[in-house]
Amino acid sequence: MTLILFAFLALIALASGLGVVLSHNPVHSALSLLLNFASIAVIYFLLHAQFLGVVQVIVYAGAIVVLFLFVVMLIGGDIGPYRHGSRTVTSVIAVGLAAAFLALVVWSVVQVLPMSATPVGAPDAGSVQAVGMALYTDYLVPFELASLLLLVGMLGGIVLARRYQPFAEDETQ
Amino acid sequence: MIPTDYVLILAAVLFTIGATGVLVRRNALIIFMCVEMMLNSVNLTLVALADLWGNLTGQVFAFVVMAVAAVEVAVGLAIIMAIVRHKDTSNIDEINLLKG
Repeated sequence: MTLILFAFLALIALASGLGVVLSHNPVHSALSLLLNFASIAVIYFLLHAQFLGVVQVIVYAGAIVVLFLFVVMLIGGDIGPYRHGSRTVTSVIAVGLAAAFLALVVWSVVQVLPMSATPVGAPDAGSVQAVGMALYTDYLVPFELASLLLLVGMLGGIVLARRYQPFAEDETQ
Repeated sequence: MIPTDYVLILAAVLFTIGATGVLVRRNALIIFMCVEMMLNSVNLTLVALADLWGNLTGQVFAFVVMAVAAVEVAVGLAIIMAIVRHKDTSNIDEINLLKG
């Protein structure tokens, strides 16, 4: 039952991932990305990572995709001067390289893991309590550094998105 | 119970799709979305292995990756907006300000 659900979600994730790359309209790409993130969130639940599943929905599907949609709407999509094709030779080389990379990774996964190694984790291994305990005891410093990084990123976003004012320096003198 | 190697292979395929998108597409926004997809597939790998070994470290790592991805999106989209305002294009072939 779990395996059927996983196969279904994997199909959705792959199809929406292809949709992000192949779609000509950036809005469609962003919505495909939303579907991709949502299906991966459900896969997190299947992998006993409930907290990360919820965080995935809130951060990725809630915040990041909405930010993408905002910027797509501001820029105006892939029409007029923003319509870009892709070069044929580059595409062929890129797809070939990607296929080689995929073959390498799949081969190494099959080599390293015994086929169909099933997890031993407890059902509530990724509960909010367990992850919170780990975050606030063993991983307190990385957690605080992540919050510092968020602060720096917020300031950087504000500074970068501000409109350039060439006369601002003259006014201060 | 999902066999871990299925999840790892799914993550590898998603990563490959994202990498192909980064290489093929010319629109900076789409490239950014593909980068997000690649980060997400790496997170999927971390969570699957955390589940396999019954160890929370992978989940904490994935949490930190999510924080970094959020920051990256905020700063990166601000940069793309600034470039579009400056050059009036989001085609990465035309964004060559640093080229001598």
